[in-house]
Amino acid sequence: METPLIEFKNVTKRFGQLTVLDQADAKIYEGEITTIIGLSGSGKSVFLKHIIGLLNPEDGAVLFRGKPLDEMKKKERDASLAQISYMFQDNALFDSMTIYENVALPLRETTNLSKAEIDRRVMTRIEQMELSEAAFKYPSELSGGMQKRAALARALVTDPRIVLFDEPTTGQDPVRENAILSMVAENRKKFDFTAVLVSHAIPEVYFISNRILALYDRKIVFQGSPEEFENFDHPLKNEIRNSLEELQEKLSGLYAKRQFKVRYHTELQSGALQETYAVLVFTLKDMDTFVSKLGHEAIQKILYSMGSFIDKHFSAVGGFSARFGADEFVTALPYSDVKEAGAILDSFVEDFQGWGSRNILSWDGTEEAPHVYPEFVVLAGIAEGKPIERMGDVIEFARKQQKEICRLRCRATGVDR
Amino acid sequence: MKHVGAIPVEKAGNMRHTTEKNNLSENQSMEQGALLARPFAVVGRRTINWVNTLGAAAIFLVLAVLMIFRPKQWVKIIEQIYYIGARSTTIIMLVALFTGMVLGLQSYHALSQFGTVGAVGTLVALSLIRELGPVLTAIMITARAGSAITAEIGIQRISEQIDALDTMRIDPLRYLISPRIAASIISFPFLTALFDLVGIIGGFISGVMLMGANAGTFFYRIQASVDMKDVTDGFIKSMVFAVIVATVCCFQGYFVHMRTDSRGAKSVGLSTTAAVVTSCALILVADYVVTSLLI
Repeated sequence: METPLIEFKNVTKRFGQLTVLDQADAKIYEGEITTIIGLSGSGKSVFLKHIIGLLNPEDGAVLFRGKPLDEMKKKERDASLAQISYMFQDNALFDSMTIYENVALPLRETTNLSKAEIDRRVMTRIEQMELSEAAFKYPSELSGGMQKRAALARALVTDPRIVLFDEPTTGQDPVRENAILSMVAENRKKFDFTAVLVSHAIPEVYFISNRILALYDRKIVFQGSPEEFENFDHPLKNEIRNSLEELQEKLSGLYAKRQFKVRYHTELQSGALQETYAVLVFTLKDMDTFVSKLGHEAIQKILYSMGSFIDKHFSAVGGFSARFGADEFVTALPYSDVKEAGAILDSFVEDFQGWGSRNILSWDGTEEAPHVYPEFVVLAGIAEGKPIERMGDVIEFARKQQKEICRLRCRATGVDR
Repeated sequence: MKHVGAIPVEKAGNMRHTTEKNNLSENQSMEQGALLARPFAVVGRRTINWVNTLGAAAIFLVLAVLMIFRPKQWVKIIEQIYYIGARSTTIIMLVALFTGMVLGLQSYHALSQFGTVGAVGTLVALSLIRELGPVLTAIMITARAGSAITAEIGIQRISEQIDALDTMRIDPLRYLISPRIAASIISFPFLTALFDLVGIIGGFISGVMLMGANAGTFFYRIQASVDMKDVTDGFIKSMVFAVIVATVCCFQGYFVHMRTDSRGAKSVGLSTTAAVVTSCALILVADYVVTSLLI
């Protein structure tokens, strides 16, 4: 069995009379995104600070690659902890230093690299985080999202194997929250680090995480995949679910995945409405490419708009929709068969193109210099479902039927809206 | 007669009454005892806190001093010398000039009553070099740079910048505290020397140029009365004050999050006030102690 990268064994932490962690057990595996969720004040940040050694447990042990940190010699412990970077909730950038100086700080102070090499590494990270123009500005001169990117650049400049993110989305609006999480996921892929996130229950966390740890009443009450978490029956789940669904609706007006499933089961699989129904799956093709060209925030705005438009269009004919993945939306049409759904989709495409040209997108070839701006390809697939069929199978079939329904080109000014 | 166990009820009632009375009087006497002990408890608690703080500050100072000699410190020390030392010269010169002028004026008036106006130079120079120079320089730097050090480190603490240093494996004591202590130990004697020099010029302006004392006598008496021990004693004092001011101001800022009376920005404000007040008080206490040891 794979040895966890980090393991908590019966960790107890007290602050005076207050017990924050009580015999908490947890496992974090290499190369994954692990998200620690829990209610406000449940000790998520305390948990994270034990990993980097800012706090030490009263009882129990924190193991790094199977070895307790407190049993390691100082040199070994320092070497282990040096592989970890920490991104603070409020970024903790030095406000009297420029972004360049902030990013260069760990290299200047902890390595003997030459000035030229430090400069090269720092500028590489700054460019990767799309902060070249802000390199010599102070943190107070940057937007919240840029400050987050600067903090991430500082965290990544030492090439850590593990990056801890303490509430990276706090204080951001839903679009930016998703943009930051999308940035975390993209950079994890790019730089191949293990990410541990502390986050409030927001939809995107479930899309990007490989593993969820749920902290409740001073203990880790759940550890497993996001899919397993869906079947986890616990009071924490209800509280998190409520906030999740509220945020999901706030984000795009779409149903949360759970709400979608409930309605699907009660209306479509009971056979109460019709003998057949239709399911449509929409995908924004090659989202990662657009992220690298336009940035996370612009993509999240586009997805937000697209989701809202899908929901608005299909709810008019009795349908309901949900976001199933970072780039995927699923719509159920309870009163339509495949033929009708095809006609509705045609009218959707027409409306979507018209709406796109008026709002965030413009048509291929109608704008000047079409090669400059990235092209969005929207795929859609239709499947017919029967009450006896499983929802997952119908959706999977619709995925397989996907074909291009429209091609849109981004207009620079539009994306900024 | 009813019995409760082997004891008659009446007797049992009397016994209960007596026991209650005894318990009551015991409680009362315990309360009185606690009331009497309270002042001692308060004094004891404060003394323990004070001793704890003193111990923590001593360890803080020793660790920070040891880290002065680590690599990559010189650039930071020079930056701090510029901030604590070079940028304090204007205010030091201004205060020194007027202190010297007041000294010259007062000593001229006092000495003229005894016909010893020639001793103005001696009085001005010795007062400045032995006492006023080191003390006023330390107090002025406390007000200008010490308060800023506490506020800066305090804000870095509450905004998690110090924790960020820890996570980057940068020792905050080495990075933030050691350069400031080293810079203070280097800057204070230089600023004291500047204070003495400008103060004597101030004494010359008021005593000689404005009041009419003899210029030659003024400088001759300074040369005759001031010996090297006065100057070195003044520098020793200034270095002692440097350690006190830097330690108190850095300590107050560094542990701003441990305050129990406030949180956030307010705690930074209170720590800054505490740093200035404590530094000034300790400067005067240390002045007496060092003077009595050196004299």
